[in-house]
Amino acid sequence: MRTAVQIASDVKSGASSAIRELSLSLDAVRARNEELHVFLYIDQEGAREAAARVDAVVAKGDDAGPLAGVPIAIKDNMCQRGVPTTCASKILEGWRPPYSATVIDRLLAAGAVPVGKTNLDEFAMGSSTENSAFGPTRNPLDPSRVPGGSSGGSAAAVAADMTPLSVGSDTGGSIRQPAALCGLVGVKPTYGLVSRYGLIAFASSLDQIGPFAKTVTDAATLLEVLAGHDPLDSTSLPEPSPSLVAHLDDGVSGKRIGVVAELIDGADDEVVGAVHRAMDVLREAGASIVELSIPELRLGLSAYYLIAPAEASSNLARFDGVRYGLRVNADDVAAMNEATRTAGFGAEVKRRIMLGTYALSAGYYDAYYGQALKVRTQMIEAFARAYRDVDLLIGATTPTVAFAFGEKTSNPMAMYLSDVFTIPTNLAGEAALSVPFGTGEAGLPIGVQLLGPGRSEAQLLAAARVLELADGRS
Amino acid sequence: MSPPLTREEVAHVAQLARLCLSEAELDLFTEQLGQVLEHASDMNSLNLDNVVATAHPYGLVNVVRGDEVRPSLDRDEVLAMAPDAQDGRFAVPRIMGEAP
Amino acid sequence: MTLPNGWQMVVGLEVHTELKTASKMFCGCANVFGAQPNTNICPVCLGLPGSLPVLNERAVEFAMAIGLALHSNIAPSTFHRKNYFYPDMPKDFQISQHDLPINVGGYLDLPDASRVSIERAHLEEDTGKSTHLGGTGRLKGADRSLVDYNRSGVPLVEIVSGPDIRSSAQARAYAQELRGILIATGASDGRMEEGSMRIDANVSIRKANAPFGTRCEIKNLNSLRSLQRAIDYEALRQVGLLEGGGTVRQETRHWDENLGETSTMRIKEDADDYRYFREPDLVDLAPDQTWQERVRAGLPPMPAERRQKLSARLSHPTSAQLDAVEVVIDLGLEELVERAVDGGAEVTLAISRAANELAASIDNISNLSSESFTATLLMEQRGELSATQAKTVLCELLALGGDPQAIAVAMGYEQLSSGSLGATVATLIEQHPDEWARFCEGDEKLAQFFVGQVMRLTNGQANGKSVIAELQARR
Repeated sequence: MRTAVQIASDVKSGASSAIRELSLSLDAVRARNEELHVFLYIDQEGAREAAARVDAVVAKGDDAGPLAGVPIAIKDNMCQRGVPTTCASKILEGWRPPYSATVIDRLLAAGAVPVGKTNLDEFAMGSSTENSAFGPTRNPLDPSRVPGGSSGGSAAAVAADMTPLSVGSDTGGSIRQPAALCGLVGVKPTYGLVSRYGLIAFASSLDQIGPFAKTVTDAATLLEVLAGHDPLDSTSLPEPSPSLVAHLDDGVSGKRIGVVAELIDGADDEVVGAVHRAMDVLREAGASIVELSIPELRLGLSAYYLIAPAEASSNLARFDGVRYGLRVNADDVAAMNEATRTAGFGAEVKRRIMLGTYALSAGYYDAYYGQALKVRTQMIEAFARAYRDVDLLIGATTPTVAFAFGEKTSNPMAMYLSDVFTIPTNLAGEAALSVPFGTGEAGLPIGVQLLGPGRSEAQLLAAARVLELADGRS
Repeated sequence: MSPPLTREEVAHVAQLARLCLSEAELDLFTEQLGQVLEHASDMNSLNLDNVVATAHPYGLVNVVRGDEVRPSLDRDEVLAMAPDAQDGRFAVPRIMGEAP
Repeated sequence: MTLPNGWQMVVGLEVHTELKTASKMFCGCANVFGAQPNTNICPVCLGLPGSLPVLNERAVEFAMAIGLALHSNIAPSTFHRKNYFYPDMPKDFQISQHDLPINVGGYLDLPDASRVSIERAHLEEDTGKSTHLGGTGRLKGADRSLVDYNRSGVPLVEIVSGPDIRSSAQARAYAQELRGILIATGASDGRMEEGSMRIDANVSIRKANAPFGTRCEIKNLNSLRSLQRAIDYEALRQVGLLEGGGTVRQETRHWDENLGETSTMRIKEDADDYRYFREPDLVDLAPDQTWQERVRAGLPPMPAERRQKLSARLSHPTSAQLDAVEVVIDLGLEELVERAVDGGAEVTLAISRAANELAASIDNISNLSSESFTATLLMEQRGELSATQAKTVLCELLALGGDPQAIAVAMGYEQLSSGSLGATVATLIEQHPDEWARFCEGDEKLAQFFVGQVMRLTNGQANGKSVIAELQARR
């Protein structure tokens, strides 16, 4: 498949049309969706209308936007007006939001054509998409393996060449990890860079929406469209969208890059090897590499698995059968709430709601949630100290390549441990991405993680570009 | 060694969260949540008495909007999605207690 | 009312007021009372998945104004989530302020010179409203409930007093004074019957200087009278309990205005576990000095200051006159009074008529123009109207508007204003120059001639003595 940038260019020049690109995309979707279970809903009507609008704009000679006619897949935890939005949960089955997320509006304004909603771990809680209430998604590169999670569907859509771009969300690694397992570029932007208005919240202080793409340039182009201040999100950064594409070829000459022990230790040998080779490439490109240890990062998992469920337990309280979604009737409203939630939520969601409720409850707040918030401050300060000496950090994205279905589902802790390298960035609210670099077992892709301080996306993407070129992919 | 949380506590938490757990689930969750809390006890080794929680990572304060009226949603569209509605309102089974 | 056997009541009041912003606390939906159900809702105030709150600047300013009027410290503050399930709460949590409220401390001086401390005041959002079907329409015995979310997300300020109040009368005075302040700042319209101002009372009893007893929270106080009655009832109930060897259970009680008693509503469990935590979708509030000064500069005079200003116009006011001043300020009538006084009315008369006749028809006050009020008072002062007649004229003006002259005429009151009388006399003088000349030369009998003419022209409404006085003045 061509890149998004190429498609947009072709559509704007008349060499292609949005309708034609959509048609090609839908063919690709139909070819493998049943096998891979990427999309929960394919919005043929809406996509056709959006494509027709783009073609009309082009016909008039106006600018149809940087993503003109580019088909795009949307993770099904973002509201799109009139389109079923389920969060892969029975409790929202059939719900059509009466409004759209800000990112949807921005994508449409940029000429993109949303094709449908992709599968995820229920309410974004998981690292394999095995927690979807509607069945898992398969890794297009090896269907016996998971695509990662929670944005597994969005990653698979791009990896399977159904759409050149997709949008996911990352709370503890849910963009970066699937990107690594599917051989894609995936970015978790600085907290507040992309509006969360319309993103169905999992953990409000950690969630960020971000891009999946096959190339760094495509990812940067999409991120530019998504980013920038939104008055509807109080936590959104005040500045407009940053310039990213223009800096892609800045290179890394003179940059100091730290390789962090805590972001590699415990990874499989082949993953560690890939990170070391990436370091070599960056060194050859003029960066200096420093070895670092940031011990505070080891506490990230503990802090995360208290903060995220705590916020989630509150965010998911609204699913009570009163105003929308599933209702299981009972004699009184409290019993109805209970029956509805018990029937509507899957096991992992229940587990995290329980954990979060406990961590916030009277008598336990200080020991668990309160303590976790302090650990978070420690980590923010630790990162800040590290960034006094280096510009960027490098490490593994995830400990292994794509694993088999059922491998980690028997023990929640085992699944949680696969987030150990990605979680710290969410806790600190900083920026990070995964870029494919090399392959491992059975030719499966490996992702290398680049991390930077808040608002460092341009640097990160430039460094990712260096790795991409060396990896011989574009 | 005593477990981080008891079955009774898990049952109480389930009630707070409006979740109904079977006996088997109660056992399973007690064990699984216990494991997560066990793992989290590594945080207790730190003395964080003088550490303060961070609000927004980039120090945003005083984010407000002007007091302007903007269009509301269409009531019919909203009620169409309601599990039960009557007289332009959302209908629920009887409420057993007063609001706190 | 004093409690028997040396018991003393200890009362603290929690007042919630809706703020008079155009839009809601966290979204742009209209903040209006009485709209069709669920017509002022949006993703934010309906708590739809994916929605996010954005704070209303005017709500913050109203909160600051209230804080300044109550001598509080405007502190850096944060928002918290108060988590509990209830159908009128769209998110099943309420965004409020917990341990870091916007206003900390403060006090309220009452007209009787007592001072009640203010612990705090904070911002929070209101819930929706349920109506209950089946049964009596009250919650108990209902089959199902219907929820309207128009009120959900309306901005509220909650003001918590210290436990300084020692009588129901003092509680009432506090509530009245606080309402006056809320109305003066523009933050609230203070309508307890409409629910824009709600008061809960925390009542306990003790013997003098003993530690505080267990308190009960009383809800459903829809008027100042209810507030006073309920506090007295509850204090006596607790006296009865304790003297009978029982204990007071910490609980929330419902006041029934018809039965005149409180009854158990909810037992306050220690585990009313709201799991408060900082609201991650909002950022902290830290109004800087410039912002605070701007709000302070925009504050109009508060009731205490206005009472002071008006009563300064009275020399040696009696306590009845001071009470009247309180009523005038409380009802916002001082401008009418001031303008009347400036127009020549006597100040005690103006205050008295305002505190009595105007107060009795306060809902129709817009029918009464300042000119009409002043004119009526002047007519009374000049003897053209008796006191009773003046009061009647005012009632008529309040009911239907109009002109005091015309009303006096229509009511059959004899006297005409000296202005129109003078005009009438002047006209007659012109019409009867011979008679006028002889009157001026000293023929007093002709006075009766002119009186007769004036009577003819005014259908007998003129006052004979006034006519003669007018003639003599012109001679």
